[in-house]
Amino acid sequence: MIRFLVFRFSQAALTIFGVVSLVFFLQRLTGDPVALLLPETATEDDIKVMREVMGLDQPVWSQYANFLFDTFKLDFGFSFVRNAPVSEIIISRIPETLKLAIGALAFSMLCGFPLGLIMAFTARRQVSKWLMAFVLACQSLPTFWSGIVMILVFGVWLQWLPTSGTGSLSHLIMPSISLGLLSLATYARMTRTAVLEELDKDYIRSARARGVRTARLVQKHLLRNSLVPIVSISAIEVSQLLAGAVVVETVFAWPGLGLLTMQSIAARDFAIVQIIVLLGSFITVSANLISDLLYSIIDPRIRP
Amino acid sequence: MEYLKESTFIQIRAMAQFWPYLFLVIFIAMAIFSPWISPFDPDRQHLLARLKPPGFEVRGGVFWLGSDELGRDVLSRVIYGARISVSVAFLSVIFSGVVGTALGMLAGHHRGWFEQIIMRLVDVFLSIPAILLAILLVAILGPGIVNVILVLSLSRWPRYARVAHAQTLSLANREFVVISNAMGASTLHVLRTHIFPNIFNQILVIATLEFGLMVLFEAGLSFLGLGVQPPAASWGSMLSTGRNYVSTAWWISTFPGLGLFILVLSANTIGERVGGLPTDRDTKS
Repeated sequence: MIRFLVFRFSQAALTIFGVVSLVFFLQRLTGDPVALLLPETATEDDIKVMREVMGLDQPVWSQYANFLFDTFKLDFGFSFVRNAPVSEIIISRIPETLKLAIGALAFSMLCGFPLGLIMAFTARRQVSKWLMAFVLACQSLPTFWSGIVMILVFGVWLQWLPTSGTGSLSHLIMPSISLGLLSLATYARMTRTAVLEELDKDYIRSARARGVRTARLVQKHLLRNSLVPIVSISAIEVSQLLAGAVVVETVFAWPGLGLLTMQSIAARDFAIVQIIVLLGSFITVSANLISDLLYSIIDPRIRP
Repeated sequence: MEYLKESTFIQIRAMAQFWPYLFLVIFIAMAIFSPWISPFDPDRQHLLARLKPPGFEVRGGVFWLGSDELGRDVLSRVIYGARISVSVAFLSVIFSGVVGTALGMLAGHHRGWFEQIIMRLVDVFLSIPAILLAILLVAILGPGIVNVILVLSLSRWPRYARVAHAQTLSLANREFVVISNAMGASTLHVLRTHIFPNIFNQILVIATLEFGLMVLFEAGLSFLGLGVQPPAASWGSMLSTGRNYVSTAWWISTFPGLGLFILVLSANTIGERVGGLPTDRDTKS
């Protein structure tokens, strides 16, 4: 177990190191990073000062070392466009995106699990085919379009829900559904596969032969045995939701990290964009790590 | 008579199974023949007929799907949008597929440091959420249709590389590969005649699934203003305009969205039938 842990952690660390390097060199490949980091209105003097502040007079390798070291120290630099430290700006936006991600996750789980269960139990009937088509449709719906259609129907025509912004719980409903549709499809599929696999096993058959009712079968046997692998993919699901938030937040003017990304690109504030990319991949790597560890705790056979 | 009726019914049902292929052919035809089938020039502005609902009659024709905020015909823009969606998705699937497959096969064939570098690079690329990677690259390279294709290819090759690598490894100890190597065949020869034909099917399944994803990515980038630039008609940028007029002119966003949805649904359904959609999420975003 120790060996597995050390292996997985060093692999994750190596990947993070690679991402930081990639972001650094992508920036340098395009020429002058000062042009990317400073707003368009910067004067000659600003650029000169910026060069000195960033240490651009030093050779590339020492710049690279500095960038690595700063990132490692969690010193993410300064946004000259917003005139504030990058970490401060990002931290102020995290709660909004987290709210949205939790809302989306709750929606996708609450609808995805029962849908998957129903699909598994009706596997040989026509109903299952229709549900599968519905799931595939959820998977193919562009997030930005489903968002706009919902705004049109529930916000403009029916006027049940606010069309954009944040504040009350009702603001959260449409963005959560829009963001959660894709995850809903994943949960429904995973649940269906896991339950179908479980349904085929001997203990279920013998339980059925003993005359155990379906409801009790689900509650007592199926959920316990097939839910664990499904829950452990939730870690990965969260990281996907955070990436999807870029589009959803733009559609609903939701003031989280995604909207911040788009605003920063519009303002050419690359200092923020690069850190958001780093944050996104850090979350993805950690999510993969967590789900691997969860799996290996549940099923020790997969440890190398 | 009864028998005949039933068989016709079954035939219709069997025909209905082909709907995703039918839609795909329709969209490809729209892409190829857009100058001939679109009723208006997609960039022609009718400033006196702005934001008109579907069916509005204007000098020289009818706006069957309405007009947008500059009086341009939505139907023509949807048809030209298919051209951008299909060509961007097609080209990026080809580029990322060729590069990813080649690198993956090479990494599987040449074990050692080359394999390590390529596969760790794959890990790095796959650990950055795809849409964020694309946004980062566009922010650096600048928007535009060529850059979008470049960016999509750059962000999606690792997926092919991972599969090609694993498949090549699984073939490495088969007799025909071992013997070919022992007889001194060149790398190119072994990869081309022995490895590639055996992994082509898996690669094709991924490519089918990636196609729908590429369509969504292009539209997403254009929606965010980072993809194809105006005035070019892209479904994504039409949606982003439509977002602003959702309360007054629903048709601007509804029809390009519908086109996007049907195209992606068709591609996903075909992919599903060919190989089954994967359940692991590192491939989607």
